[in-house]
This record gives sequence, C-alpha cells and structure tokens, in this order.
Amino acid sequence: MKLLKTLGLATALTLATGGVMAQSDDPLSVGFIYVGPIGDFGWSYQHEQGRLAIEEHFGDAVETTYIESVPEGDSERVIRRMAQDGTDLIFTTSFGYMTPTLRVAGQFPETMFEHATGYQRADNVSVYSGRFYEGRTVQGILAGHMTESNVIGYIASFPIPEVIRGINAAYLAAKSVNPDVEFKIVWVSTWFDPAKEADAANALIEQGADVIMQHTDSTAPMTIAEATWDNLGEDETGIYAFGQASDMLEFGPNARLSSIIDNWNPYYIERVQAVMDGTWESADSWHGIGQGTTTIGAFNINIPEDVAAEAQAALDAIAAGELHPFTGPVNKQDGSVWLAEGETADDGTLLGMNFYVEGIEGAIPN
Amino acid sequence: MIRLEPRLTPSRAMVWGTPALAVLATMIAGGILFAMLGKNPMEAIWTIFVDPILDPYSRDELFVKAAPLVLIAIGLSYGFRAGVWNIGAEGQFIVGAIAGSAVGLAFYGTEAIWLLPLMALAGMVAGTLWAMIPAFLKVRFNANEILVSLMLVYVADQLLRAMVAGPLRNPAGFNFPESRLFHDSAVLPLLQGFPGLTEYTRVHVGVLIALLLVPLAWLLLRKHLLGFNIQVMGSAPRAARFSGVKPAMIIYVCLGLSGAMAGLAGLFEVAGPAGQLVPALPQGYGFTAIIVAFLGRLNPLGILAAGLVMALTYIGGENAQLDLGLPRAAISVFQGMLLFFLLGLDILVRYRVRFGKRGAAQ
Repeated sequence: MKLLKTLGLATALTLATGGVMAQSDDPLSVGFIYVGPIGDFGWSYQHEQGRLAIEEHFGDAVETTYIESVPEGDSERVIRRMAQDGTDLIFTTSFGYMTPTLRVAGQFPETMFEHATGYQRADNVSVYSGRFYEGRTVQGILAGHMTESNVIGYIASFPIPEVIRGINAAYLAAKSVNPDVEFKIVWVSTWFDPAKEADAANALIEQGADVIMQHTDSTAPMTIAEATWDNLGEDETGIYAFGQASDMLEFGPNARLSSIIDNWNPYYIERVQAVMDGTWESADSWHGIGQGTTTIGAFNINIPEDVAAEAQAALDAIAAGELHPFTGPVNKQDGSVWLAEGETADDGTLLGMNFYVEGIEGAIPN
Repeated sequence: MIRLEPRLTPSRAMVWGTPALAVLATMIAGGILFAMLGKNPMEAIWTIFVDPILDPYSRDELFVKAAPLVLIAIGLSYGFRAGVWNIGAEGQFIVGAIAGSAVGLAFYGTEAIWLLPLMALAGMVAGTLWAMIPAFLKVRFNANEILVSLMLVYVADQLLRAMVAGPLRNPAGFNFPESRLFHDSAVLPLLQGFPGLTEYTRVHVGVLIALLLVPLAWLLLRKHLLGFNIQVMGSAPRAARFSGVKPAMIIYVCLGLSGAMAGLAGLFEVAGPAGQLVPALPQGYGFTAIIVAFLGRLNPLGILAAGLVMALTYIGGENAQLDLGLPRAAISVFQGMLLFFLLGLDILVRYRVRFGKRGAAQ
C-alpha cells in the first residue's frame, strides 16, 4: 500500500538510502520544474517534450517527475521537495528559479541541478540555454522580405539580455534585406499571458505592422494573425507571424512563416547519460543551431523560392559556424561603434546585452 | 417548490460548522474529480490533506505559506467587520516589500540589529500610506474604496517592476530585473534548532511574529473599545454614530491597520523566503487573504486555522502533482471548490430551506 509512504517513514528511508540508490539498479530519478502549464504549446511544452524524450530514450532506466506552473517567486519549496524526495537530477527551467535553485543546491550537494537561462553556477549547478538569437536572424530575413508595409511588430516580454539580443538580431537581418524596414516593439511584462499577448498583437497590427514576431510563450499572437486570413479578397494577404519556442503550425496554417523551436531533447539526453556514466560536471552550455538546440521550423509555402533559399543559406551558414548574427559593422543605437567591419560579438557582451543597435527606435524600458 | 427563508439569528453551531462542512464537501467532490481522472481518490485526498501535516518538511512549509495569509487576513478582518472593503491588500503588500527592500539595500553591507526593525517599520508605513489613498478618497469624496484599493494593486505592481528594473536593480545582475541578494543583517533569521522544526527549515522570525499577533488581534477585537466600535459600526452604523463613533475615523483606522499588516507581510516575504526583491514576489497573497478572512469568520483565531487550511491545499496540491501526477489544473479546481462550498453553505447559515408552498408550510 502506498499509504505507508505517507507516514513520513518512507520519506526518511528515501533520504537515508538516496545515495545508495543512485549506484544500484534503481532507475535514475530526474525532475523538471516548469514555469508555465505543459499545455502552453511554447516554452514549458518544449521542456516537457525533452522530459518525454528522456523517458523514451532511457526507458526503465529513468524515472521522471515534473511540476508545472510553479511561480518563480515561490519555487524554493518545490525545488527542495524534489531534492528531498531523492531526485538525482533536477532541471529548473526558468530564469527566476536561479536563486532558489542555488540555495537548495547548497543544502543538497549530492543532487545535481541544471538551471535554464541563468548565469550563476555552483559545483552541482549547471546552466544551459539556447542561442535563440541565431534563429532570429533567419526570421529577420524572412520578415524583411515578406513585409509590405515595412513595419514589423515585436512582442517582447522583459528587457533582459536574451530578449534584447533577439530584437537586435532580427532587426539587423531584416534591415540587411530591406533598408526601409521599421520595428515597433511592445513590452508586455509577462512570459505567458494569452490575453495580454493578443492585445499587443492587435495594437501592433493597428499601427501598421504586417509581420509579427514574439518573444512570449503563448499561441495567442499566432491565432490573431491567422484570423486576418479569413474573408480575404483577391490578391490580399493577411498578417504573418512566427512560431515561438514550439512550431505552432496548427495555430497558423496560413499566417505562420516559420518558427524557432527550442529543442532540448539532445541536451537533456546527454546530461542524463552523463549522470549515469558518472561524468556529470557543472557546465555552462550555450548551444544554437549548429548543435540542434535551436531549430527552425519549415518555411511557409507562400514564401517565394528565392527568399526561402536566402533564409536557408543563412541558416546553413550559421549551422556551419560561417556566419555570426552579430558581425560588424554594427553601431549602437546612440551611433557609437559597437562592432568594427568584420568583427563578431563576443559571448560576454551578448550575455549582458542592454542596448539596441542603430536604427531601432524607442528606449529599452527601465 | 424549494424556498429560502431568512433566519432571525444565524445558528452559532452553523457559523462554525459550515467551514468544516465545506472542507468535507470539497473532499467528496474533489475525490469524485480525482477518480474521474483515474487516480485513487482516497490516496489523493490523503496526499493533499494529511501528508503535509505528517511530513516534517511540509509542516514547516505550511507555516511559511500561512504566515502572510494570516497577517493580511487579520488586518482585513477589522475593516470587513466595519463595512470597509479593502480589496487592495496585494498592493499594500507590494509597496511594503518595496519600501522595506529599499531600506535594506540602502544599508547594504551594514551589519546591525536595528536594520530589520527599520525595514519592518518602513514596510508597515508604506503599506499604511498606500491604504490611506482609498481611505482619504472615501472620506473626502465618498469614492468607492473597493475600486480605488483594487486599482492601486496594479499601480503597485508597475511600481515594483520599475523599481527592480531601475533604482533597486542588482548592479552586477546582467541587467536582469531583480535586486541583489540582501546581506545577512537584512534577512529574517530562521528558527533553526527550534523544537519540531527541520534542519533546513525556512520558518523565519516573521512566522513567529504572525503567530504572536493572533492573540493580540483577538484582544483588540474583543476587549478594546476600538474593536467594539468597529463591530458596532458594521452592524448598526446609525447606533454607532449616536454613541459618538466617527465613521471617518473608523475608515482611516481600518484601512490603515490592514495596510500596515499587508505591508509587514510583504516585508516578511521579501526579507524571508525571497531574500531579494524580484518582480515575481507578489503571489496573490493579498487576494487569497480575503478568502482566508471569511473562511475564518473574521475572527483572529478562526483566521489562523483558515490560513493553515489554505496553505495545506497549496502544499498538498504540489505534493499531489509530484507523487500522483495530478495536473495542476485539477488542483486549482479543487481549491476553487473549497470557496464555492463555503459560500454555498453560508446560505444555510443565514437562511432556512423550506419545501412546499408558502401557505402550506405555515
């Protein structure tokens, strides 16, 4: 009877034998903490796909658990609870889990932690993220070509380096193929709020944007864009958008130009394998298109062939390491030189990026 | 025909019996829900309601989670008794956290025992001042305090975002919108080594203070003239006025008191479990506390019990997700049921159910 576990006896037993279990034939336990619901079809959904990939790859050799919609401000208890349960490897998949993860990790030195998108490590805490901005370059090329109004709308979440990097990369790419392009950016101060994201999309469309990019997790902007494709006249086109974090094709069969898909599966499988082999070490992984962490969804069939070919060429060049999305000459918004001719941005600057490149209007909210 | 007939005086047994009955009904309806999801209902109910009490780690967390709810709910209960509806405790919670953090960060690195009391004072003053806005508008212009206090929650939330992205941002934090971690003197001491608590407990001094305030609040309500005036004001405003109670004074006192308590709860949260000011700090405690206040019958002792029950559903709900794989949405429905049954059963406190036609029944 499982009720025995509830008497707290088993909790103590698990704790006492936790170390031994890892070496025995018992399955490796892997836990996941998600900031949104697994049904968001965006950020948390993709991490959940990674968990399922682990289960499929390792079968009975692993045992996985997860908790969804864990508020960042109240996550320490949940992370601790997972560690107490004897979980061997815990993935905390949102930036706001950084401090709580480090605190719990300090108290459970035998447990291994992997924190997504943070910048602080410990002996038993790795950090990992994706070079999503590489995908923004591909999107920017498509958007720059496909816009007719030359206004591209961008729904941004929080003014943190990761988001600003994406805006800059998309703008530079769009500008390179369409010098008249203009970006309108709306900050919604949330990662997942379908209502707010929908409002932002509508506001951008009213301001003349005909291509929408988003750095938020819900499918609401895609749904709004798709709705503009109903009842179109001859030769008219609706609003275009891009899938974010997951493919989102089913939400915008007409509107979706392409997508940036976070593919955590290879990284998650690699890290679980490392624990099993006893080779797990605290690391800082920042993988992009080349390593398969950032993947690009299929291009919309309405994209002209030459445009698709150009975007594909950029994609291939980035994957091969021949093209860096931030290659000089690039000036900062204030006109000062950031990258000289042929110079590429170093990771340190990218990780702390807090400025727009020249040509983007408006100020980063402060 | 089923009719509802008002009772002359609500039955005392029913007043206290319905919360227990609501919990019981929630267990039954929730059990059916869990069974439909293919889970063992007994096991699910056990995991949510009993496990957290038996497991020492979860027990600690119950207190951590309940403390802000109890603090805020006690403050709110005075106003609710007097007919002063402060719905914006969440906003007062936020400004309390901001003000307290600002003080803590201004003295960053200063090791001193006066720092935490100063932060607590700042939190309470900020919460009080924030609550004075609806109080003043109510007294001066008869503006609806429900709307004003609620709207100020959103203002406070934006203020928090502006603060962590601006003046209070961690200078070494890569531009991420959050403050630096408070230094030791600005963090509430943990009650480590307290009998009954675990080694890595997160129970902090603020929890102890919240517990101590419960009997004080009860004394203020039952033994002090102010408590009496508040109750008279709520049940018989005209009588209160004849006996010399100034409505304006009661409005200021009730809103100020609840603002101070919410501000203190905010400070305890930021200087306790969080240890830094983050935009994700507000968890809706200020709103949940409204439920807690009514679940506890606006009585400090009842509120303590209600706060613990509410915390139980949160922590038990998390355990149920982990241990049984119950979806988060099912847990939310379960929590909603509790409120639904409480409100539904409250009808039975104030009304009698009659069957048949009016004439026939008499």
